[in-house]
Amino acid sequence: MSRGNRPGRRRRGREASSPPSAGERILVLPGEELPVRDLRPGHGTYRTGGKVYASILGLLSARPPFVQVIPLSGRYIPRPNDVVIGTVTDVQTTFWLLDIGAPRWAPLHMTGTPWKVDVGETGRYLRVGDSVVVQVENLDATGRIGVTMVGEGLGKLEGGSIIHISPARVPRVVGRSGSMIQTITRLTGAQVAVGQNGRVWIGGSPEAIHRVSEVLRTIEENGQRPGLTERIESYLLTTMPTGEQGPEPLPAETAHRDAPGTQPASTDNDGDGDLEDEADDAAEPGAPGDH
Amino acid sequence: MGSVGAKEVPVLLSADGRRIDGRRLDELRPIRIQAGALHQADGSAFVEWGANKVMAAVYGPREVHPRHLQQNNKAVIQCRYNMAAFSVDERKRPGLDRRSQEISKVIGEAFESVVFAEEFPRTSIDVYIEVLQANAGTRCAGVVAASVALADAGIPMVDLLPSVAVGKIGGAIALDLKKEEDNFGEADLPMALVPQSGRLVLLQMEGHMTEAELAQALDLGVKGCRSIHETMKQALRDRYAVAPLAGGSA
Repeated sequence: MSRGNRPGRRRRGREASSPPSAGERILVLPGEELPVRDLRPGHGTYRTGGKVYASILGLLSARPPFVQVIPLSGRYIPRPNDVVIGTVTDVQTTFWLLDIGAPRWAPLHMTGTPWKVDVGETGRYLRVGDSVVVQVENLDATGRIGVTMVGEGLGKLEGGSIIHISPARVPRVVGRSGSMIQTITRLTGAQVAVGQNGRVWIGGSPEAIHRVSEVLRTIEENGQRPGLTERIESYLLTTMPTGEQGPEPLPAETAHRDAPGTQPASTDNDGDGDLEDEADDAAEPGAPGDH
Repeated sequence: MGSVGAKEVPVLLSADGRRIDGRRLDELRPIRIQAGALHQADGSAFVEWGANKVMAAVYGPREVHPRHLQQNNKAVIQCRYNMAAFSVDERKRPGLDRRSQEISKVIGEAFESVVFAEEFPRTSIDVYIEVLQANAGTRCAGVVAASVALADAGIPMVDLLPSVAVGKIGGAIALDLKKEEDNFGEADLPMALVPQSGRLVLLQMEGHMTEAELAQALDLGVKGCRSIHETMKQALRDRYAVAPLAGGSA
């Protein structure tokens, strides 16, 4: 236990650490000295005494001109234009406060909605516990997060279920050009909307929702392994409920705890398609729900 | 010195330099650290250290409760150390007492000096330390657990924070006291080290030591911390192992 298992990556700086070769994934921990080689300290690092150290746990990235650490854990850190799923935590006279999994709650002002809301009437549109798809507009130095609900694919979520995954796993859940998410929607008949903040909305039959959340859990646990999409695909194919069943028409009742709405989830098709788009230039997965 | 007079006092140090559990003076008790032991928390860790069992959970950065504690230039670190009623032989009266308040305070302040709190203004980083089974050195185990939990939660900080207590038993300076040694020994000196800079950010003392003994104790403690640091890092590496491929079902 007294030696790091990665050669050249020792903290105490006895050996000169070599710069990582491309594609190599190196885990660094807070306090570990990083190989700089004229690189500027970027996110997840700090400099002291002429040396650069990691400040967070994550993967080392040395892309000139920066050396930085890509987080593998932690809360969602908002970036402008991210599309995220939030839950209303407070209703004020002119705005709602949304929990988007970020360090702070994000105010959604009534003018940032597609509705014409009168002052004091905010509670008639969204109540505490409702979930919405919003886009991050701006961030200020104090960490305040401005969001809007005006835009394609943004709006209130009705029905379905929301589960939380680590924001660091979102790219993996979406897959390259949305491949993973397409596989999942195709083989379960569910609709899936992935917010950049790691909140995933799933619509469809209770069985489909259950299967999708199982798959998401698997992805979360095995995030770094290659060939995951193929594995998920074969898993879904082999566990297809009772033979013939492809995607099934959505039953009318999809109500779940998070979403008091009783509307069938199939009505928000456009909502989630767009989300995936935002997530990773995904191609539109099409309307998976009905055939 | 070595006034091992009173009737009940066990012999803490044998003639050949062994302690009651067979350890040498500079030996740690076995430590096992599991990072990410809880699902709900943003970060967590479970530490078994000798007969100590300590769970730590970190939430945040998140909205501050109560609001008036909010600071507009940085995150506040709120630490709560708590011992379960069943953590000791004789039932501990549950809830806050002077001892746990003090420990919460010093641990919170230790973390304030390593966490980059300015990155998250107006938020709170909440650290919960629950002692499930106690056998001396629980504050150190708590610091170790909380530190691994903070790293697991992706919180930026200068370094991990290994911690250990050094004490004086039978007239000799010894690393990592267990319960009998703590109860019947002559001094106890818990500390927490920032390995990157060599600074101590937690240091308390109970009992008496000479200046020379203190110097020796600090030296021994720092060595102990460095060893614990390796265990902490390994726990995090195991949790975030960049797995090659592997079997296991999907």
